[in-house]
Amino acid sequence: MYTQALNTAESADRDLEDAGKAAKFQARIDAEERIEPNDWMPAAYRKTLTRQISQHAHSEIVGMLPEGNWITRAPTLRRKAALLAKVQDECGHGLYLYAAAETLGSSREELVDAMLAGKAKYSSIFNYPTLTWADIGTIGWLVDGAAIMNQIPLCRCSYGPYARAMIRVCKEESFHQRQGYEIMVTLCRGSEEQKAMAQDALNRWWWPVLMMFGPPDAASQHSDTSTKWKIKRFSNDELRQKFVDATVPQAQYLGLTIPDPGMVQDAEGHWRYSEIDWTEFKQVLAGNGPCNRDRMAARRKAHEEGAWVREAAASYAAKRAQRQTAQAAE
Amino acid sequence: MAVANIQVLETPLVLYALRRADDALILGHRLSEWCGHAPMLEEDMALSNIALDLIGQARELYSFAAKAEGRDNDEDKLAYLRDVRQYRNLLLVEQPNGDFAQTLVRQFFYSAFADLYWRAMMMSRDATLAAIAAKSEKESAYHLRHASEWIIRLGDGTEESHARAQGAIDHLWAFTGEMFAVDESERALIQAGIAVDPASLRGRWLATLSDVVSEATLVLPQSDWMQQGGRSGRHSEHLGHLLSELQSMQRTFPGLTW
Repeated sequence: MYTQALNTAESADRDLEDAGKAAKFQARIDAEERIEPNDWMPAAYRKTLTRQISQHAHSEIVGMLPEGNWITRAPTLRRKAALLAKVQDECGHGLYLYAAAETLGSSREELVDAMLAGKAKYSSIFNYPTLTWADIGTIGWLVDGAAIMNQIPLCRCSYGPYARAMIRVCKEESFHQRQGYEIMVTLCRGSEEQKAMAQDALNRWWWPVLMMFGPPDAASQHSDTSTKWKIKRFSNDELRQKFVDATVPQAQYLGLTIPDPGMVQDAEGHWRYSEIDWTEFKQVLAGNGPCNRDRMAARRKAHEEGAWVREAAASYAAKRAQRQTAQAAE
Repeated sequence: MAVANIQVLETPLVLYALRRADDALILGHRLSEWCGHAPMLEEDMALSNIALDLIGQARELYSFAAKAEGRDNDEDKLAYLRDVRQYRNLLLVEQPNGDFAQTLVRQFFYSAFADLYWRAMMMSRDATLAAIAAKSEKESAYHLRHASEWIIRLGDGTEESHARAQGAIDHLWAFTGEMFAVDESERALIQAGIAVDPASLRGRWLATLSDVVSEATLVLPQSDWMQQGGRSGRHSEHLGHLLSELQSMQRTFPGLTW
């Protein structure tokens, strides 16, 4: 458990000592060394990472809901099994990331409680609804595609447990992305109705997906220190551009139209997109997206209705430990 | 637009495979309803995993049934284009999830049976069924262990969990008899060494239940009144709702590739 030092009398000495440690810490980061859980780290580094990793974990868990919405309605048994396995993977990512966050001193319970209380964020993309089967393909193709773009650089993040978690997560995410794209290919080769379904899904998801990379660089709050600490290696706008450049040819292959009539390719080959509606982004962040309330309600319901189960498991474990101690004493 | 149900030529072998396939699909579907809503992340994972095993078993059994029938049905037609009267699963597996105790007791009753059943079916004279059985037995053994551990935790956990587990046992008990029933169609397969007589497994099934339930400080009901009908398509009202969800895409968009 990580707590603030309470002894203020020693604080002057402590500051001096910490300044020395901070310099060594930064030197290690600059030398591309990994920081491990038991190493000294500045409190702000710990706080930044705890926030980022736990938000990432919450996103995996809340992200189970929009896709989970189609498990019981998947159109074939093969699709049903693949989707269920995919959502199960997301859950595994969540667990893995909570474990990485725990190495920084906060328990999973505390982190989850902060999310359920509305104090911690999760990716706002999951506040949009999945209305048709094509949304499942589009989420795999674009949402997982954007997530990979964000997460590949995190495999080299300075914090060891997070970097290692990301290596594994990215492998599974690229599988999901291919699976999603394959759903889109099938729809686009299908009937007119299926193709229209695919286009409609792209129309609805395109702009929210671009917002996944976060506010434009000019307005980003956390980037400076995160870059210095090598938590973040590319800016929001750089990653967004990389994603757009990779995605446009994929949409062309599908025969789908990106819902941005102003989009043009510049002399260097980059696809320049139109202005993003940041008002919408802010509204969704503020809790006013189409599904914010539903997502939180679903997570709270699962948590509250599961309380008696978790209590039972804890009570049984305690009884069992007591019996074993009693037996050992005999 | 309404899509007609397929017709299935239910020879004894086709019917046999359909019954087991329907058990696996419907129970797998029920478990998949928990995904994202379980009491803890570990159970989101575990219940999804069991659901995946069961859906996998269903696919193999449907393919087997389609091949045995020898017409142009396939796993998806069998799953998505038969209505409630054509489904052949046990009443037990279509019962709603209820709370976590009800889901786990349903799983416990079924897996304790499936584990014994598939182990015995590994000796089937039909090589494909024996191979399906070998895979399903390994999976069922794990499902049984998972469910048994939960029955013990819930029964011997808190006062509330004990009451919920006992309530679930009492509620679901009447659906267990159907697992051991045999009709004319199946009798012939048993005599030919293709299928196993489930009645011969009831003693061991009961012994497994008794061990776990007594460790859990719970009791099995005395009542011997058993509901039946699933095997011949006389289901509870719950199945129709499950199917309308499961089949909605195939019924809305007939004949497309997904």
